[in-house]
Amino acid sequence: MNRHLLSTADLLREDALLVLDTAEQMARLSDRSVKKLPTLRGRTVVNLFFEDSTRTRTSFELAAKRLSADVINFSAKGSSVSKGESLKDTALTLEAMGADAVVCRHPASGAPQRLAGWVRGSVLNAGDGTHEHPTQALLDAFTIRRRLGRLEGLAVTIVGDVLHSRVARSNVWLLRTLGAKVTLVAPPTLLPNAVADWPVDVSYNLDAVLPGSDVVMMLRVQRERMSAAFFPTEREYSRRYGLDADRAATLPPHALVMHPGPMVRGMEIASDVADSPRSTIVEQVANGVSVRMACLYLLLGGADEPEEREVIR
Amino acid sequence: MLAQADIARIVSRMAHQILEKTSGGGNVVLLGIPTRGVPLATRLATRIHEVEGVTVPTGSLDPTMYRDDLRLRAVRPLRVTDIPDGGVDGRVVILVDDVLYSGRTVRAALDALAEYGRPRAVQLAVLVDRGHRELPIRADYVGKNMPTSRRESVAVRFGETDGADAVLIVGGGAAGDAAGEAAAGDAR
Repeated sequence: MNRHLLSTADLLREDALLVLDTAEQMARLSDRSVKKLPTLRGRTVVNLFFEDSTRTRTSFELAAKRLSADVINFSAKGSSVSKGESLKDTALTLEAMGADAVVCRHPASGAPQRLAGWVRGSVLNAGDGTHEHPTQALLDAFTIRRRLGRLEGLAVTIVGDVLHSRVARSNVWLLRTLGAKVTLVAPPTLLPNAVADWPVDVSYNLDAVLPGSDVVMMLRVQRERMSAAFFPTEREYSRRYGLDADRAATLPPHALVMHPGPMVRGMEIASDVADSPRSTIVEQVANGVSVRMACLYLLLGGADEPEEREVIR
Repeated sequence: MLAQADIARIVSRMAHQILEKTSGGGNVVLLGIPTRGVPLATRLATRIHEVEGVTVPTGSLDPTMYRDDLRLRAVRPLRVTDIPDGGVDGRVVILVDDVLYSGRTVRAALDALAEYGRPRAVQLAVLVDRGHRELPIRADYVGKNMPTSRRESVAVRFGETDGADAVLIVGGGAAGDAAGEAAAGDAR
């Protein structure tokens, strides 16, 4: 494993599989009565969140606590950041406090990468701008593998606001690495210009793609990132790109419906589809804790630096 | 040091000792410590079944996350923990490992086991005891006492994991602890 988890684009296949296999063992812990492990006792994990996020922050916090790490939550609101402190000074402050890992969410793409150059500990990207959200992609892959038994050769369709979605980007790279075939479906205005260079197929017709999909991943329409009119009306978007019950019925019987959350019921996904047995939306949340435990263990569970490792008898 | 036939005889004797000491093995659970404690536990269970006709629940217990030396080397991959249905509460749990050396793995396994319940008693069965204990731990069932130097490594191979049964002593001399540990992987 690398010392940091910044993106899935540079994650090796063997490392990605190691995360999934480790998460599998972590997931077994949620079945037992004592869920806590002593593994990261004495280690400090800082959640550094410059964007609101309840679900990801809570998931990382629970993962670190299950491994007995100390957790400090540092959010931009009401902190020194709102008083004008720079990212670098914040990083040096955390460094001085002895953070072994920094979990960073930032509205600017690349911020965790910069952070990784300033701190001694490991940096985990918890979402940066429209760049990547690697643990989300890893938990999606983990969820698919648990349900369908494999990733190799599966047809995965990602639907919606790809342009603003770091989840879509992380999934495209990871799924490619793990051997799945990805199709993006979105209005042309919500696809990035560079999509032609991505290892994906592109379609504008959801109905044509669904019958051949093993997995369909719905993305939230990110109103807060919409600075221009990307589609005429929400109703039209929902009619053309929303997953309603009639559309879901055209999926193969084994196919999964996924959503990274938070979902807007009635917009990109209909309520009865979100609550159907083929939906993995609640499982994804539970699996998120296991996958983040695996990432924290693999980044913090061993010796700090290879040269510091002693040979033990 | 030991060949296939020797190992079969040793496993057979250990199975008889377990039956004797636990009065027929009725309340016993065998938990193998990965990697090679697991096939050994399975073999003991098979032999116990052949001798006495009782089916002993068998599983595996990975102590990795309870080790005291995690920070001393690169991160270790996790192995499977599989506690049999019926759990460990009130049972006689026999931990099974291939080689007993410092005792640190067994200590970690005892901590891990405590998270799954409260056994009536915990015992330890090992194929090879090579000495050099660093903790006050001893085995209840020992296949073979094998005096070794710290410079050497003991490698246990099972057909299930390695293609053939054997116990080898490797290293020693100029190889030293460092090279032996780094290269041997599961050897101890």
